[in-house]
Amino acid sequence: MSTQTERENVTETGIHGPTSSRFDVLREGAALDDIEIVHYEPQFAVPGGKTERRVVRTIAGFFLLTGLAATVFLVAYIWWPWEFGRQDGAQWFTPILGASLGLALAGLAFGILTWGKKLLPREVSIQQRHTGGSSEQERRITGQTIAYLGEEMGIGRRPLLKFALPLGLAPVGLVAAAPLIGGLIEDPHKNQIPGTETPELYTTGWNPAYNGGKPVRLTRQDGTPIRPEDVSVGGQMTVFPGIPHGSSNEHADSPTLLIHLRTSDADQARAANHRAGREDWMYGDYIAYSKICTHAGCPASLYEQQTNRLLCPCHQSQFLITDNAAPIFGPASRPLPQLEITVDDEGFFVAKRDYTDVIGPDFWERP
Amino acid sequence: MRKRKFDRAAVPGKLAGEVDDRFKVATPLRGVLNKVFPDHWSFLLGEIALFSFIIVVLTGVFLTFFFDPSMREVTYNGAYAPLRGMTMSRAYESALQLSFEVRGGLLMRQMHHWAALTFVAAIVVHMFRVFFTGAFRKPREANWIIGSLLFWLGFLAGFTGYSLPDDGLSGTGLRIASAIMLSIPLIGSWVTSSVFGGEFPGEIIMGRFYIAHVLLIPGILIALISIHVGLVFIQKHTQWPGPGRTNDNVVGERMFPRYAIKQGGYFMAVFAVIAFMGGLFQINPLWLFGPYEPAAVSSASQPDWYVMFLDGSTRLMPGWELPIPTPWGHYVVPPIFWPTVVLPGILTVLPALYPFIEQRLTKDRRIHNLLQRPRDVPARTALGAMAISFWLVLTLSGGNDVIADKFRISLNAMTWAGRIGLLLLPPLAYYITYRICLGLQQHDREVLAHGVETGIIRRLPDGRFVEVHQPLAAPGHDGHADLEYSGWVVPKKMNRLGALGPAIRGFFFPIERPSEAPVSPAPQVTGTEGTQRREVESGRR
Repeated sequence: MSTQTERENVTETGIHGPTSSRFDVLREGAALDDIEIVHYEPQFAVPGGKTERRVVRTIAGFFLLTGLAATVFLVAYIWWPWEFGRQDGAQWFTPILGASLGLALAGLAFGILTWGKKLLPREVSIQQRHTGGSSEQERRITGQTIAYLGEEMGIGRRPLLKFALPLGLAPVGLVAAAPLIGGLIEDPHKNQIPGTETPELYTTGWNPAYNGGKPVRLTRQDGTPIRPEDVSVGGQMTVFPGIPHGSSNEHADSPTLLIHLRTSDADQARAANHRAGREDWMYGDYIAYSKICTHAGCPASLYEQQTNRLLCPCHQSQFLITDNAAPIFGPASRPLPQLEITVDDEGFFVAKRDYTDVIGPDFWERP
Repeated sequence: MRKRKFDRAAVPGKLAGEVDDRFKVATPLRGVLNKVFPDHWSFLLGEIALFSFIIVVLTGVFLTFFFDPSMREVTYNGAYAPLRGMTMSRAYESALQLSFEVRGGLLMRQMHHWAALTFVAAIVVHMFRVFFTGAFRKPREANWIIGSLLFWLGFLAGFTGYSLPDDGLSGTGLRIASAIMLSIPLIGSWVTSSVFGGEFPGEIIMGRFYIAHVLLIPGILIALISIHVGLVFIQKHTQWPGPGRTNDNVVGERMFPRYAIKQGGYFMAVFAVIAFMGGLFQINPLWLFGPYEPAAVSSASQPDWYVMFLDGSTRLMPGWELPIPTPWGHYVVPPIFWPTVVLPGILTVLPALYPFIEQRLTKDRRIHNLLQRPRDVPARTALGAMAISFWLVLTLSGGNDVIADKFRISLNAMTWAGRIGLLLLPPLAYYITYRICLGLQQHDREVLAHGVETGIIRRLPDGRFVEVHQPLAAPGHDGHADLEYSGWVVPKKMNRLGALGPAIRGFFFPIERPSEAPVSPAPQVTGTEGTQRREVESGRR
């Protein structure tokens, strides 16, 4: 403690000394915070010399560049054509703004940095860290104060309060959590489509319940139905349920890939269907699989005609169409669900019924 | 009555006095003005993150004036002709509007995106610095944990922002996010339907993501950044070893004016780079992706760079389904659970606890304010290299379809290369890094004992050729210099010893006469240039 007072005395004389300059005051003040300025030297041997004037001119030049570039920005922002689609240079609007703003800021940056690095005196200062915690005495005082706090409250002596307090407060904490959890929580199995007992989670837009009990037609995105001859051999088409909003995000799990296989491949696919107990799920050489990848739900939309593989571009799961769309490579573990299709009396494709497997990414209780 | 003369020069002093009368700030202000900061280029990486965060907030506020996070279905009829007449969400429409129909909106949106990318990138590079130099050791463990939380918050902020425009890419990302939530055992379907308010995609998710993106996450970010910077301030910055530098002091510059001025200039420099990028480099051209449709995706759909490692881990994971037969029914854990929930879980907890793990292994519980050169802690450096190679394989695998396409490699071969590389490369990186560290250490010791290579070859009378070495100190009893390694750079080139004259200043022509090259290092107090040749002496202290 004595060194502290000593130093303060020294400081007093240093600050109020008749000859002390501002720097002396600063240096003494720094010493109060255990800072020692050990090295302090101007950048220039001759103050105001040629080198210094040069640096000052450079900095001024940078600031003027900033002003110029900022003006360019403003002028361009106000008068340069900017509306999208105009042919008179509007495509340069954003680049001009970015370049002029960047230049203005860069000028500011270089000006400030040059000022700091080239003009200000070089210095090395040393500050003491006072590492470690507080002194033993301080720790003891604060520790005792806290311990006495407990005594003052008398928790130890009043056991009833010890129980009553947590018992009283616990429900209050739950009160805070209840609206959040209760409001957000949503039973995935709750929303049933009208007229059935199946939750939405397990159904798609192909469920006849959406179509008044009648089988749902396969349609294009614009809602037009599809005849077999619309898909050429080896061709494929993304189809949507022919119900209101069938191709909207409301039925995000419904997009289906309708593929017209070559006859030899179709025979293989039919044989595989047969093995899986799916008699007559194809219509002729046409086969339909869910387009929603069973891995992460991206559309598995890259169909390779020669190998009959369907690839999902997100994580590259590959499904073999002629083998019940079984996953043959990549992270998917489950085949794509197959849609049972046929043609109605008007000659349009329909789904005989909804998918029997759950569409899309896998989850814990998937039936 | 005589009118008192107004003394303009006394105004600042008087004003300051009035302020101090009320708030008593003179003493703390003096401490702040004079506070000493150590200087090294590697200490400035975290600042890039801080400055980009400020830019993200500034540009983000601008965007909120125009963006409408609504899933309402609208028909586009705006300036961008190719999308006219398409059905899309209001969110996507307003994102297009602010790109095309708000003057300067595109610049702001692109700056926002670039600054966000820079933010996460700077955090990662800053973490490398802190890790490899041991800056996380006691007493700074808490700040390390906060820093790693900041990374994950930046990650979440980035992902929610990426999802908001509801374009083709972001919708696909959202779909994958829903699949990830769905994969959690036991509660997956409950979590998903609670987050999305029913089945994917529902109507409410954009509103929830929006409030998370503009209020909740930035709020936590600002709070944690304040604590992070505040702790650096209170605990004082670490420093490299060097002459006069000890575990108990800070050698550097006072905060005002030099340090603060450099920081200000640096902020402007970061701002300038982001403005350039925002204006000149296209980022996330969402009008090209179209609105989100569950049936449409293009190949080469990549997330932002910091999410790519998760995309990669998901791609590399084999399709292993874990069946769990129970008396109540048959349950499954889908393969996507491991690379997207378990792996990030490990990657959150393990690095955050690393300071304590290292403490336990090395039994070093002392306070450390001096940094370590990565070569001096080979095990930690090698571990870091291992982690980086692991992350690099995953990130490259996140774009393996693009690599396969551009270099005409089979896609499946790329997947297999990633799977094998993920197991092989990290141990290899560990071994190689460890050996490199040891080699560098050995070379330091060698130079200290034998001196610096001069490049002068001398022929001895017996015909041998030897290279002349410049010893760094007078040889001791065994003919070697008796220098101890001080934990800082050992000079390995003659001009580091002052054997060459200083560089001539001036850009196009010299602005001053080159000074005479000193014959021997002149004794100097603590000049910043003196550090290179003085630190060897310091090792003898």
